[in-house]
Order: sequence, then C-alpha cells, then structure tokens
Amino acid sequence: MAFEGLDELYREVILDHFKSPRHHGKLLSHDVEQEGFNPLCGDQIIVQLKIDEGKVTNIGWWGKGCSISQASSSILTEEILGKTLQEVEHKIQFFKSMMQPQGEVSKNEEEGDLEALSGVRKFPVRIKCALLGWTTLEEAINLWKKIHNS
Amino acid sequence: MKNVRPDFPILDQRVHGKPLIYLDSAATSQKPKTVIEALSHYYSTMNANIHRGIYYLSEEATIAFEKTRRKVSEFIGAKEDRSIIFTHNATEAINLVAHAWGRKNIKEGDEILLTHMEHHSNLVPWQLLAQEKGAVLKYIPITKEGFLDIERFNNLLTDRTKLLAVTHMSNVLGTINPLSHLITKAHAVGAKVLVDGAQAVAHLKVNVSELDCDFYAFSAHKMLGPTGVGVLYGKPEILESLPPFLGGGEMILEVHEEYSTWKPIPYKFEAGTPNIGAVIAFAKALDYLEHIGMDVIREHEKALTQHALYQLKEIDHLTIYGPMDANLKGGVISFNLEDIHPHDLGTLLDHEGIAIRAGHHCAQVLMKKLNVPATARVSFYLYNTPQEVDIFIDILKKARRYFNRGL
Repeated sequence: MAFEGLDELYREVILDHFKSPRHHGKLLSHDVEQEGFNPLCGDQIIVQLKIDEGKVTNIGWWGKGCSISQASSSILTEEILGKTLQEVEHKIQFFKSMMQPQGEVSKNEEEGDLEALSGVRKFPVRIKCALLGWTTLEEAINLWKKIHNS
Repeated sequence: MKNVRPDFPILDQRVHGKPLIYLDSAATSQKPKTVIEALSHYYSTMNANIHRGIYYLSEEATIAFEKTRRKVSEFIGAKEDRSIIFTHNATEAINLVAHAWGRKNIKEGDEILLTHMEHHSNLVPWQLLAQEKGAVLKYIPITKEGFLDIERFNNLLTDRTKLLAVTHMSNVLGTINPLSHLITKAHAVGAKVLVDGAQAVAHLKVNVSELDCDFYAFSAHKMLGPTGVGVLYGKPEILESLPPFLGGGEMILEVHEEYSTWKPIPYKFEAGTPNIGAVIAFAKALDYLEHIGMDVIREHEKALTQHALYQLKEIDHLTIYGPMDANLKGGVISFNLEDIHPHDLGTLLDHEGIAIRAGHHCAQVLMKKLNVPATARVSFYLYNTPQEVDIFIDILKKARRYFNRGL
C-alpha cells in the first residue's frame, strides 16, 4: 500500500477540517480583518475577528491553500472562540512552540483537534503551512490592539 | 537512447525507502560524473584566479575558462566568442540587459512587450525598469490551449515597442514559442528581442544566429552544469554600445580618481572573480549533451511526455495546463488533481520517492491567468525512463483515493 506512515501527517481529523472547514466565510460585522500570505507557496488566508470586552466573540476566515494550512486555520477557530485576548495570545505561543521540531508539548494543552496537528512537526517543509492561520491571527490581534490603544 | 543513468550517481538512491524518481529537472538538472569530477579536478589541480596571474596555475585556469566560452559559443551557434558573457544565473543575465541596455535605451512612454507565461526573472527586471523610466509594460496573452495569442501579439506590437522579452519555452506549460516569427515581427518595428532560454537550451537545439535574437539568457545548472553559472548571449555590436552593468575588478582597463575605462566585451560585463570552477566544469556538461546529441535528447523527452500525457488524460478529476501535443512542448507538464492541493500532492509523492514541483513556479501572473493558486509539475530529462512515468502515474491514481479515505 502506498503512503505508509503518512497518516501521521494526514490524520482523519485534519482531512475532516480541510473538507468541512469550521467558521469558514465572511462575518456580517467584524472589528478587525487581517490578510496572511505565504510567498513560498502562494497560500493566502484572511481572518476576521469580532472582539467584545476583551474576548473573541466571533471569527470568520477564508483563503486558498493546502490541507494543512486550511485545516490548521479551521482548528484554530474552535480553539480561540470565546477566549480572552490574553488566552488567545497564549494559545498562539503554545501552537508556535508546538510546531518547533523539538518543541515541548504539555499533555493537558495538547487535547482535542489541535493535537492532530502535532504530526506536522515531522514534516519540516509543511510547518509554515500549519502556522499561516496562527501568525495571521496574531497580526490581527496586534492590529486591533494598535487601533484601540491609540 | 543508451542508458545514461549510471552516469548520474545521485539517481542511485532511495528516498523514504523507495527508489528516487526525480521529476523536477525544470527546476534544476542532475549532474553527470564528468561534471562533478571536473569541479573536484579544478580545485585539486588548477585553482587560481584568472586573467591576472602571470604564473602557471592562473594561465591554466584562464585557458580552461576561456575554452568554456568557446564551447558555449559553439553550442548555441553564436558567431563570436565575445558575444558570450558569464553571469551567475539566467536572472542576473536578464538583469544585466535591463540595467545596461534598458537604462540607456528605454524612455518614458516606451513599451516593453512581455507574455503572460514569463518566469518572474523575465518580468520583475522589466517592471523595475518601467517604473524607473515611466515605460509601459504590455503582455501577450495566452490561448486556452496554452499558446501565445499571435493575433494579439500582432496588434500589441507597435512602433512604441522597444523590447520584446519572451521565454523560448514555458517553465509551467512547456509551450515552445514560435521565436522566428516573433523576432522577425519585432525587428520589423525596430524593437530588440531578449529570449529567456533557461528552459529551452537544455532540451532543444538552439542557434542564436539563425534565430537572430538580440539577447539570449540561460543557466548552466538546468543543463547538467553546476549552479552559479549563467550565460548572456548578446549581439556584439549591441553589447559594445552599452555601459557596464557591475563595476569592479576584471572589467576595467584603467582606473583614475574620477573615471575609468573599460575592457572590451565580454570582459566589460564580467566584474569581479567569476565562479571559475563551475564555469570550467560547465564545459563537461556541454560535452556530455553533445555526446548524447540534442536531437536524441529531444526525441527521448518527447516520447516520455507523450507517454505521460496519454496516461494523465485518462485520470478522472485531473486538469492538465498547456499544450497536449508533445511535438509542440518541452518535457514539462503542469496539472492539478481535484480536491488535492499541489503541496499535499507533493508531500504524498515525495513519500513514495518521487520528486515533483508544487507551487506557483515563479510565474504568479500565469497562475492568475490560469485561475489557480498553484499547480503540480513534473518535468523530464534524458535520465528519466518510461518506467518512472508509470510509477508516478500509479501513485497519482492512489493519491486521490488516499486523500478521500474515510469520507
């Protein structure tokens, strides 16, 4: 059988998020919008956030890209919805360290669909794909903060 | 064609436990032993700077370096060796023309004619020049079948056109462009023609004198040579009329506090120490290609391409971009498999030892015209076999099934 061992990267959870992305599409109203781009492969993502009283109360996204970038973005939305900005920022840092080839992963954090992305670490050329949604989210939050602190 | 695979040591290895199948020669070709040994031989026995030493090693290196110039000149049918300028890659060769010829000859309102199938290397230098000079970029569109729209070309060409910059062979579609027609027409309105030959010269017999192009740019590494060597062919009378590109050592006659004078061409355009060892080893690549014969290589690649196209056509949910007739294209096939992003396909194939390219192929303008973010691409060279094509096709068929599993 072909593709033996690839299941670690292409777990069914990932393929499921890729084929049925969560919170996909534009929001009716949003507080901040950010575009992210991976010039290496041309992957593109746009993230919209609704932020009320320091919490992410709604999120929408769309874009073009491979299964890893799309699934990671979809998983991200479920991870951060309803969380405070501080919690979201913590999550972003956690995910970034999780994508380090030697990154330490604390067990309790690595639950749910997010854990499915840990297999990407073993495919260094694909780590950038997994990170695209998260770095775009980070930029969106920084942009929001800049607007609201000035 | 004889089995050349033993000449390419890199091919004899396993990747992820499977025999390596290298289908990315359009990005860079593999190197025969003779080229690898020539590099080692140069550094072991001959290493010295050229055109300056008055000692044995320097003389030897200079002779070998200039011998390569002679060989390149013959290989592409140039009339004079001084038409051959060594750069570090095809991109630098095109930038040389954009700077030296472009800055001197392009003025506000002038038009530079490009095509929608250009590689970024034959597009961005002209954008920079056009922005600097207030010139206008025009693009020859492509047809549904992946050919240049010649009717539109005829209309786009006017007496404002000062340059036509066009690829000889598309690195995405494989399309071989009708250069003779394009060049004759462009010259008739007084435009110069630069040909990006990076893909073509490795796979087709090219004669720049017959083509009558003004500039022809290519890279050694796509034609069995080492990386770090590019070539610019230019008509000598044009090259002579141009100011230098880069200033520095090797390109000067005399340097004064306020001004300098230049060496004659081609040296005027070869500032600084070149990639001497790689240039010398490049001669072995040309020897190798000539020994096999460019016509034999072309026929071999045509057969592989036809063999692949024939089978690809039969795969459901697969879209091929570019001409479907191997007689009209090089050994390059771009395609997409529905529901699978090319990067995922790249990872799947890599896992089976098959190296393909996935992405925009440095041709984002073309990707927009094809209305895709990226494509998968296979490209063949003299060392690929029909069996490799068959394995690739087999894995490709399994890929979609694997990706849609459990749904």
